[in-house]
Amino acid sequence: MPPPASVQLFCTCLVNELFPQVGVAAVEILESLGIRVGFPRDQTCCGQPLYNSGFWEEARRVARHNLDLLSRTQGPIIVPSGSCADMMVHQCPELFQGDEKWRSVAEEVAGRCHELSQFLVDVLHWSPATAASARQPGRRRKVAYHPSCHLLRGLGVKTQPLDLLKAVVGVELAAVDRSEECCGFGGMFSVKQPSISGAMLDQKCTALENSGADTLVSCDMGCLLHLQGGLRRRGSKIQVCHLAQLLNGDTGSGKQP
Amino acid sequence: MSYAQYRSLPFAQRVETALVDDHLHVAIERATSKLRSGRGAAFANLEHAEAVRDAARAAKLRALARLDENLLRFEESLHQNGVQVHWALDAEQCKKIVLDIARRHQVKSVVKGKSMVTEEIHLNDALIAEGIEVLETDLGEYIVQLAQDRPSHIIMPIIHMTREDVGELFQKKLSIPYTSEPKELCAVAREKLRRNFVRADMGISGGNFGVVETGTICLVSNEGNIRMCTTLPRVHVAILGIEKLVPTLADLDPFIKVLARSGTGQKITVYTSLIQGPRKSKDEDGPDEVHVVLIDNGRTSTLMGETAEMLACIRCGACLNACPVYQQIGGHAYGDIYPGPMGSVLTPTLRGLAPWQELPQASSLCGACRDVCPVRIDIPRMLLHLRERSHLDKRSNPLWVRLAMKAFAALATRPRLFEGAARAAALWLRLQSKDGFVTRGLGQVRRWTRHRDLPVPASQTFKKWWQEHREGRR
Repeated sequence: MPPPASVQLFCTCLVNELFPQVGVAAVEILESLGIRVGFPRDQTCCGQPLYNSGFWEEARRVARHNLDLLSRTQGPIIVPSGSCADMMVHQCPELFQGDEKWRSVAEEVAGRCHELSQFLVDVLHWSPATAASARQPGRRRKVAYHPSCHLLRGLGVKTQPLDLLKAVVGVELAAVDRSEECCGFGGMFSVKQPSISGAMLDQKCTALENSGADTLVSCDMGCLLHLQGGLRRRGSKIQVCHLAQLLNGDTGSGKQP
Repeated sequence: MSYAQYRSLPFAQRVETALVDDHLHVAIERATSKLRSGRGAAFANLEHAEAVRDAARAAKLRALARLDENLLRFEESLHQNGVQVHWALDAEQCKKIVLDIARRHQVKSVVKGKSMVTEEIHLNDALIAEGIEVLETDLGEYIVQLAQDRPSHIIMPIIHMTREDVGELFQKKLSIPYTSEPKELCAVAREKLRRNFVRADMGISGGNFGVVETGTICLVSNEGNIRMCTTLPRVHVAILGIEKLVPTLADLDPFIKVLARSGTGQKITVYTSLIQGPRKSKDEDGPDEVHVVLIDNGRTSTLMGETAEMLACIRCGACLNACPVYQQIGGHAYGDIYPGPMGSVLTPTLRGLAPWQELPQASSLCGACRDVCPVRIDIPRMLLHLRERSHLDKRSNPLWVRLAMKAFAALATRPRLFEGAARAAALWLRLQSKDGFVTRGLGQVRRWTRHRDLPVPASQTFKKWWQEHREGRR
């Protein structure tokens, strides 16, 4: 399939409010590859917090709002989050079981959705090694990659982010003990079951610190919000950023836009 | 802390108790880390592993799809083998059936093989109340019985204990000198068990699989105790949940391949027994009578529902070993016999959702359980269904969650209001922050900041950036 001329960005509510620089990095990477990026402005949230809390009628209402918006656009929909992409690809069509009209809309949109790293590798066959920025001598950094659960087990995206990371000049991958285990975020789980979530976070932070990494990279700002908060609480020096930021050469604290 | 102490506490306190129990974490980590790596290695050397898992799943779903017909055919096959068949709608009926058989044979002593369904119905208590001596013969279950505890894992009953704990228990209960040497502890138990095997009147077991076509009861074990329980006493009673069926003998093949690999990381268990009825006239040993009790106990009520797939569970325990929540809270905190991800679906399904609705909430939905399940049960999806069914109940979602969810839904369908509310929340968080982070949140924000810092939302949203840098440009 030839690279598409244009894509739509579903930036996710977390990126919009807390980590806009991740959306900016995604846009800049895609544009640097000659792709026109569209951004349907009225997008809100994929509805996952509602869905996971059992509020399915409300989740449907929110999903319909975004599906209606996205179905009136063309081309691949790029989501810089494994979790939100998994919601749109797998759970949304499931939510509309028994509602032929909306189910087919949900399936059409689901078929166009790609998580960012998956899109860069599987569709564009892009490698940061070929990017102009890669020829600049990058800062040496030891990177721990956190495979978020919904990206890894939901969407089955395992190697793509690692392939991208390995191709960035100056990056050495750190081995993290039980790296594929959940960080304990789980969306509403983190505030509904704060003690269990906190214990899981603690274990993950210890593993990250023991890995000797100076930078933590993931494809989900939900997990990174959680991990950044946990690492900062421990006084850890590990920097946190989204894969898109690292690929775009923007690796601030993961907070400042 | 024992199961009885846990059971008396509400869920939230059970969790808090388990989370500060460092001893529990050491014990669980020792065991599950071995089980996890063992499972990985065992599947790595299974040819066409994914196809074998598919075959096992397909066989189970086939048996369940026509469960009514299959149960009757299974009964007929059992009759042909000379096995007496009993039907139990619930725990009470099942216990009555077993007690009636025991009375008829003047049973004074029972040896038991490890069986989760007998734990589910608390069979031992009923037998003991009748004055019958019951001895658990699986080493783990024997220790649980000695400690007057309950299993905290479905295949590793004493996963919550270290060998040092077992040493102290044996010293206290069996009046032997303290040792934590597994070999010595085993030898002590072995001697006690052997004596009972020989003199027991009745053996009670579960059943891993019931083969419809041949009326075969398949039992797997590692210690040989199940073979003793099912061959030495005069009477053998096997209690099977009605979901335990597989259509044909050939269908057992994929299960034998995946069950031990998933549970203990073995290629096959040390013993695999295929029981085909009582001793025939020329047989040198075997029981005079074999009884099979088929028990429902809530299973048919789920057959048509969203959690029906859970009936395909073969009780391997892999989901417990993979679950990061189980790692933190152990088995007893789940409050009933089936812990971990499978228990969080099974307990509310079998016992009713209302009293058990906290269990489906205790999951980050990470999907590790679905990944390791040998029959690919989509446990997270079923947890979600259970959450949906109880979402308006305050034990599933306290008032602040219900209000937040309703408000969120109302806002997330109105983009301008959504932005406005988010900015208001951002301002609220900024007021509580220092150096860009909230470390001690007010109100419900504290639920987050108890364990982690919270960055304040960005001063410029992505939408604003887009407006300034892209829309303005065009």
